[in-house]
Amino acid sequence: MSTVIAATGLTKRYKNATALDGASFRIESGRIVGLIGPNGAGKTTALKAILGLTDFQGELSVLGLDPRKQRGKLMEQVCFIADVAVLPRWIRVREAVDFVANTHPRFDRRKCEAFLARTRLTPGLRVKQMSKGMIVQLHLALVMAIDARLLVLDEPTLGLDILYRKQFYQNLLEDYFDEDKTIIVTTHQVEEVEHILTDLMFIRDGKIVLDADMDSVGERFAEVMVGADKAAAARALRPLDERQVFGKSIFLFDGADRAVLEGLGEVRRPSVSDLFVATMKGTYA
Amino acid sequence: MKTFYWLVKREFWEHRGGFLWAPVITGGVFLLLNLMGIIAGEAMGHFDAHADFIGNNMGLFNHALNEGDITKVGLGLDVMMYSTTMIICIVLGFVVFFYFLGALYDDRRDRSLLFWKSLPLSDSATVLSKVAAGTLLAPLIAVICGVLTGIGMLLMYAITLSFHGVGVWHLLTYAHPFRVIANQIITIPLYALWALPCTGWLLLCSAWARSKPIRWALLLPVAVGMMLGWFNLLGARVMGNGWYWDMCGRILLSVFPGSWLGHNFQYAGSGSEQALDLLRVGNAYTVMATPGFWIGAIAGLALLAGAIWLRRWRDDT
Repeated sequence: MSTVIAATGLTKRYKNATALDGASFRIESGRIVGLIGPNGAGKTTALKAILGLTDFQGELSVLGLDPRKQRGKLMEQVCFIADVAVLPRWIRVREAVDFVANTHPRFDRRKCEAFLARTRLTPGLRVKQMSKGMIVQLHLALVMAIDARLLVLDEPTLGLDILYRKQFYQNLLEDYFDEDKTIIVTTHQVEEVEHILTDLMFIRDGKIVLDADMDSVGERFAEVMVGADKAAAARALRPLDERQVFGKSIFLFDGADRAVLEGLGEVRRPSVSDLFVATMKGTYA
Repeated sequence: MKTFYWLVKREFWEHRGGFLWAPVITGGVFLLLNLMGIIAGEAMGHFDAHADFIGNNMGLFNHALNEGDITKVGLGLDVMMYSTTMIICIVLGFVVFFYFLGALYDDRRDRSLLFWKSLPLSDSATVLSKVAAGTLLAPLIAVICGVLTGIGMLLMYAITLSFHGVGVWHLLTYAHPFRVIANQIITIPLYALWALPCTGWLLLCSAWARSKPIRWALLLPVAVGMMLGWFNLLGARVMGNGWYWDMCGRILLSVFPGSWLGHNFQYAGSGSEQALDLLRVGNAYTVMATPGFWIGAIAGLALLAGAIWLRRWRDDT
């Protein structure tokens, strides 16, 4: 397993805001990493830094290259989809495929056409005539035909209906992902990516506040449903969060002793979205 | 090289309307006006009426054919072919001006920049492909359309005259369509170099502006000029500002083909020989002997370098 991204002290300040504040993290190959954070937490800036689209302070190496200086070389091995609406509106399906086929050294035309054949896209169709879902199908067809080592997805399913969203991730998993590839995805629809992620990163105010693989998330965090009689005891264990459901309290614990928790009530693995809400409490306050 | 070819091709796809259809339609409208003129002339029943109709070059044609000297007939016909290209070139000037103004701005505005930037394309290749599309490909298409229109016009007149029993077909063979085309095509590199300061300036504004690049492109030079004028008015005599407006002209208008002819252009009216002489390749290229030409070209390259740098670091926000 090799390191795909190594970031140390990543910092980016705009005129009146700090987008990244000394963020450090490592991403190994063969992982699907969810970079999750509230609006304005620095997700997009982090991705832009990785893609060499913005300047920053700190150290960052992507596939062993410096994205600031070796962007041209880097982009042969990195693909990204930055939400659905970035394909030029004037381009036709045929032109898009021709262009990428002739400018990208790692593009496999047959793969792209095979993928397009499973959609309703026709060669003469222009992007401006397509629905959002069709645009993302075209973009995905182009990207999946590129043998890249890193795929960056920034809110790739924003504004799509549920059929397209499900299909999008299914295609990624079945036809694209393997142990040599790495995917980073940011999204607000956490529930939809939860089951495909291998790693989870929470970002808040430009800092990485949680960086763990999904297995250790399951070991570290636990959710317990506690009756009113034992609520005080649960509170004594200093939970991250507490909420009420049907007269019972649900507590979220970080690193608490399992055996003790079992004694309080039913222990479950928390969902990523509950974990997220608990971790980000007070962000907008 | 292959990548560059496809980058230019992409520009053509995107701007087919300006690069191809604008010259084709201009030529078509020109021919249509001439045809209307001919029909109007025929309807009025006398030959001179042709010349009175707006947009009709019959007078020019008649003039050319009435020259006693055979070589002069040929020259006159060549001038007619140039005249159609000239009209198309005025359209081309506007097309190229607005093409450069939007070239590095439109894809930032609609965020398709993010798609282009997801491909392994260098920013210098991207910017230079736009320069090539605007100052080599677009003029080439314009020249071809211009000459085809010119030939179409000559044929139209010849056919009209043959109805009147005037055999002019053999006279038409004295025209030099290939020389006209070659002459104009050889002038294209001159155009590209001459236009560099304007190309560079417009692309720089296009890469720089967060909204409405035309404001930067036009208002900034005008505002600076007015400041200079004001200083001069106060008697500061910092420097004369005639040179400044010359420079402004160069920076804003040199994408208009033939603008290197400058004041010499008035001689073009004195006869077909003078006009052709002015347009002759050797003559056109004499502008290269002036220092202003090269100073402009170097300044243009510097502006382009700035545009490439901005293209690298400006993002969609």
